[in-house]
Amino acid sequence: MIPEIGHFALILALLFSIAQAIFPLWGAQKNHAGLVSLARPLVIGNFILVSISLGCLVWAFYTNDFSVSYVANNSNSLLPWYFKISAVWGAHEGSLLLWIWILSLWSIGVALFSRQLDDEDVARVIAVMGFIAVGFLAFILITSNPFERTFPHFPVDGHDLNPLLQDFGLIIHPPMLYMGYVGFSVAFAFAIAALISGKLDATWARWTRPWTLAAWGFLTCGIALGSWWAYYELGWGGWWFWDPVENASFMPWLAGTALIHSLAVTEKRNSFKSWTLLLAITAFSLSLLGTFLVRSGILVSVHAFASDPERGLFILVYLLIVIGGALTLYAARASKMESSHRFTLFSREVLLFINNILLIVALVVVLLGTLLPLVHKEIGLGSISIGEPFFNQIFAYLFVPFALVLGIAPLVRWKQDKLPRNKSKLFIALGLATLFALTCYFIYAIDHIWTLLGVSLAVWIVVLTLFEIMQNGNLRKLPLSHWGMVMGHVGFAFLIAGISLTQFGSVEKDVRMAVGDKVDLGRYIFSLDSVDSVAGPNYSSYMATVSVKHDTALFKLFAEKRFYQVQSSVMTEAGIDPGFTRDLYVALGEQMSDGSWAVRVYVKPFVRWIWLGAIFMCFAAILCIADRRYKSVLSLRKAKTSTDGLTKAV
Amino acid sequence: MNPRRKQRLLLVSIILLGLAATTALILTALDENIDYFYTPSEIINGKNETGIKPKVGQRLRIGGMVVEGSVKRSDVDLEVSFDLSDTGPIVTVIYDGILPDLFREGQGIIAQGHLVNATTIKAFEVLAKHDEEYMPPEIAEAMKGIKHVKPEYTQQQLGN
Repeated sequence: MIPEIGHFALILALLFSIAQAIFPLWGAQKNHAGLVSLARPLVIGNFILVSISLGCLVWAFYTNDFSVSYVANNSNSLLPWYFKISAVWGAHEGSLLLWIWILSLWSIGVALFSRQLDDEDVARVIAVMGFIAVGFLAFILITSNPFERTFPHFPVDGHDLNPLLQDFGLIIHPPMLYMGYVGFSVAFAFAIAALISGKLDATWARWTRPWTLAAWGFLTCGIALGSWWAYYELGWGGWWFWDPVENASFMPWLAGTALIHSLAVTEKRNSFKSWTLLLAITAFSLSLLGTFLVRSGILVSVHAFASDPERGLFILVYLLIVIGGALTLYAARASKMESSHRFTLFSREVLLFINNILLIVALVVVLLGTLLPLVHKEIGLGSISIGEPFFNQIFAYLFVPFALVLGIAPLVRWKQDKLPRNKSKLFIALGLATLFALTCYFIYAIDHIWTLLGVSLAVWIVVLTLFEIMQNGNLRKLPLSHWGMVMGHVGFAFLIAGISLTQFGSVEKDVRMAVGDKVDLGRYIFSLDSVDSVAGPNYSSYMATVSVKHDTALFKLFAEKRFYQVQSSVMTEAGIDPGFTRDLYVALGEQMSDGSWAVRVYVKPFVRWIWLGAIFMCFAAILCIADRRYKSVLSLRKAKTSTDGLTKAV
Repeated sequence: MNPRRKQRLLLVSIILLGLAATTALILTALDENIDYFYTPSEIINGKNETGIKPKVGQRLRIGGMVVEGSVKRSDVDLEVSFDLSDTGPIVTVIYDGILPDLFREGQGIIAQGHLVNATTIKAFEVLAKHDEEYMPPEIAEAMKGIKHVKPEYTQQQLGN
């Protein structure tokens, strides 16, 4: 009964979404207040219906209702309750439902926190979000119904959740990532609404900014969680693989990063308007593309759920309608969004624009590297793969100018500035960065050029950011969003320092070890103390105890090899000793015929800094959103109309 | 030329220069890092689409099913060799390192490495996907009609 309620609620939600996509927009175009006022109730109704539906699926999982085939395929009565809940989004159908629920969550957010905006504008935004919901609801109902029953013969117990997904990471990584993906739909909807109405001013930008920042923050968090999850669960010590699905989440992030900066220019300088719109469309289109790539099954990846071509075709058509429609509208209307504001070659606008371009180049590189193998195969040239070095090489070259400009830009004035004004600061930063690189080279014996470059660029960013804070005078008066920028940039400095130190400084060895054997890794000595059998709730395992000696300090690591009976699969649980300056990492391979084990040992310097940087960026987004000025949008537009009136009068 | 035009010219030239440099960079990097995918039969007979055989020393990807009973391990270190096949021809893969959890005889895997002679590949990476039913799509295509053998565990592996 409960699953049928969930299914029915979903069908009703589709009807509500169709109404939501049509009536408010119609009302806004025809100036019909009655239809416009339908927007909010429809969104609320939609949210309640989708919530009921998701609730029903959660309930089916929680109560082990194996007559629902999705539950039977992805859960098991032995599964702990928290994995039963997170198993809801452990595979295709449920994760799609989560996608839709998050979309309705963002929609209701827009509906409730937009009382200060004109009702017509809100109605347009909500209609666009309704249109997106229609596509996804139709998709789930037609091709991937999570409530399908297995009647009349249903299994006594479930097939179990993929052991890989039985992890804390699954509980939070997908929801965070989806919050980010879907969050860009708000910026997208705002952009489409602006194109339809032809109204794009600083208020529009000020309105769009916190939503975009929130989506970007969630996406940053989601990607970082995924990377961390991969590191300890499936990555054998790697933190990024340029896997097509990772790329699919990274592309909207790059576009989103460009967007939040371009929005800043649009808000503060009333400029970059059409560029901002294009980025808003791009960011969400890439989110959709990411969904398509993952769901259609055309990618070979850990993430790709087995799926049928019908689904792929559906999403492809939908993708063409949404992206094609948005870009057509953009082409027709964008020229009307004139930016009257002028600036000279050396100004903050231009520096921000340069970094926007670099982000887009990075985006194109990732897109090329992800799609080229698909195209290559489709046009009959055979399967190819593009190796990690391709991405690493290009990103290494791109991040140098990016970091250089990132350091300078906040110090430079809007509109017009002279380089000599900041000459001394730049020289001091350059000096400190060089000094730091030399210290690394002579004292810590780091001799890899990219590592030295990476850390000195991190120093460059931090020093210039400090200068920027100091030149503001009274720090207490500095708005929160300013601190957000500072934090985001420092986070980026941590990120590049972490990446360059861990990428070239890690020591890794695959060795064959019997109990009692020792292996020497630089100044760390790993020894295999024992391997014991351990029993878990739904698996049995071998647990290796490895002690690591570093000078006088001694660490103990526990690495496991687990066997999950239900799916009869094997999982590796790495033993990690995390640290601020280094991680010690041990993973157990297979057992050899003579009883010894294949063991991978790692010393990874500063790998935590990568995620630390990401955490900084998430907090940066929170600080920016918390800024007071986003709470008084209405007053701004009113004040602005009156000054506009004045200037015209003058 | 007035200063504004001069500035614009400068800006445009910088952008064009940057664009050219980036394109060149991308193309070189791409050229160095494209790995072709072969099935064992394609290694022996040349690619289905073009008929081109891989050259010795070339970096490539190979996907195939691990031939039953072909896995040979060293007694002292982690070196292992095994045979891959799809529809007939057999290619040997040599690998020094830890095999993935789902590596088993009779299972589909993908290896990345260099061709050392006409039928041998020295791999630096071996991948088996985290799904027991998984088969690389390319292999599935090549092997249509051939039965996929499910992995079997020994009692020792199950830890009983």
